[in-house]
Amino acid sequence: MLSADHVSFRYAADGPLVVDDVTLRLADGALVGILGPNGSGKTTLLRLLSGTRRPSAGQVLLGGQPLDRMSRRDVARRIAVVPQETELAFEYSAIEIVLMGRHPHLGVFTVEGPDDIRIAREALTATGTADLADRPFHELSGGEKQRVVIAAALAQSAGLLLLDEPTASLDLGYQLEVSSLLQRLNQQQGVTMAISTHDLNLAASICQELILMRDGRVLATGPTNEVLTPENLQRLYDVEADVHIHGDTGHMTVVPVRRVAR
Amino acid sequence: MNIRRRLLTVVSLFAVGTVAVVLWAPTVGSTSISLSRAFDPAIPWEENVDAQIFFVARLPRVLSGAIVGASLAAAGVVLQAMLRNPLATPFTLGVSSGGALGAMLAIAFGLDVGLLGVSSIPIASFGGSLLAMGIVYWLASSQKRGLSTNVLLLAGVTLNSFFSALILFVQYMADFTESFRTIRWLMGDLDVGSYSPILAALPFIVAAFGVFAILPRTLNLLTLGEDVAAGRGVEVVRAQRLAFLSASLATGAAVSLGGPIGFIGIIVPHLVRLMVGSDHRLVLPAAALFGAAFTVLCDLTARTIMAPLELPVGIITALIGGPFFLWLLVKKS
Repeated sequence: MLSADHVSFRYAADGPLVVDDVTLRLADGALVGILGPNGSGKTTLLRLLSGTRRPSAGQVLLGGQPLDRMSRRDVARRIAVVPQETELAFEYSAIEIVLMGRHPHLGVFTVEGPDDIRIAREALTATGTADLADRPFHELSGGEKQRVVIAAALAQSAGLLLLDEPTASLDLGYQLEVSSLLQRLNQQQGVTMAISTHDLNLAASICQELILMRDGRVLATGPTNEVLTPENLQRLYDVEADVHIHGDTGHMTVVPVRRVAR
Repeated sequence: MNIRRRLLTVVSLFAVGTVAVVLWAPTVGSTSISLSRAFDPAIPWEENVDAQIFFVARLPRVLSGAIVGASLAAAGVVLQAMLRNPLATPFTLGVSSGGALGAMLAIAFGLDVGLLGVSSIPIASFGGSLLAMGIVYWLASSQKRGLSTNVLLLAGVTLNSFFSALILFVQYMADFTESFRTIRWLMGDLDVGSYSPILAALPFIVAAFGVFAILPRTLNLLTLGEDVAAGRGVEVVRAQRLAFLSASLATGAAVSLGGPIGFIGIIVPHLVRLMVGSDHRLVLPAAALFGAAFTVLCDLTARTIMAPLELPVGIITALIGGPFFLWLLVKKS
């Protein structure tokens, strides 16, 4: 279980609080969505939860243990991160990228063995990218890249996956593909996930719980069907929105109507 | 797919090639010598002219070329990965211009005295490199969070031009003979004369390569970006520190030995990536070995092509390396 206990963060000593007194809990097996307008601190919160940044105040606990007292390697064995964008400075094939996910499990001079390669191949298969294994990463389409990056995070064999806007640069088809992939990983492999996103309908369709963030603070949190209300959406985005239940899928759907003053 | 076997095969192939070049290069020169005669233990040393020429006259120069080439090529690989910039060279971060300034001052002020068989010029050069490394490191880490690669780059580039101006100033004020010596030094010279300068530089280079040995997989991850690397379990700031300090140390020691020989630190890493891909567990050792062989061959060309006139090796590395590299680039695309 990953939890944040009154966590605050500022990038510069005299800068504003980007994350302001956030307390939350990520139960094992949960699939939680983090919603909020641009600059609300979602990405920073994910960085704090993954321990790549240290809170200015408060603590992030992994299984009851403070994250900043664990080594990066130990954290990376239990938490994997999927960043918003991955840009390569040099050329690697998809399988090379995925094998890099094995880094925290290997010693300094250890080379990936048959097990590591099997895990990497399984991760590629799970994300539907097995046939891309030997293709150069930079030649892949946006959706293929995103799925390979998710495969790399899966190859890390961490029980917890933190994803930063995983569908942001994808077209409608890939959005569906990635979201159903995430749902499948959560339900079939029991991977715990926190997903930051601007896609309210994605959040509504796959997340069991939502955390609404604005100005670094948690505005509301709870089960999706309780939190995703027109009132909350207006407080979150200053947008008047209708929330419906979609007939076929049973998901909630959000239709933005108009911008309103704060 | 057996990664270990691939690593061993590639590195062994490069090693065999490099050893062959290092053994062959000393046999070439104004007097041709026979390798088997030079290594024949049956002939006493006093009578074995081939062995004397091989070990005393030519091998030190070849070895210094190999060491300088390996250091510059490996430092180039490490810095390019750490800065996520394929255009970085060992000289980008100001270390070599610090080294050059140190050497210039030693020459201009006539401090050419020997110390345990090592001239004061390489010592001053190494001191200048360490000074430059210290300044750049201090600037880049003065910000609160870790090491800023942006500040590292900007500080290095600025320091380069600042030191270059100081070098020009020193040259301008020096008399004609000294001025020529300083210019000659800047063109690179691997004719170290004996084994002492090599032995003096070797501990620093061995230390740097000791750090290089633990870096490759971390470098792979650093090229994906700091956040990704941290998420995969890399202690990013520590890795960047190690990479910067070891690469600077190797560069400083190499420059003190052979002068700032350009082009090796950028062309060799790129050639090697074209051959073996981007996995730094292959690129780093292969570039070190290829850099050694490349530099020895360039120096061989420099001392034979217009014999008895010897050209500065720095001219040859750029003259051979540049067009060859461009040809490869065009051929590949």
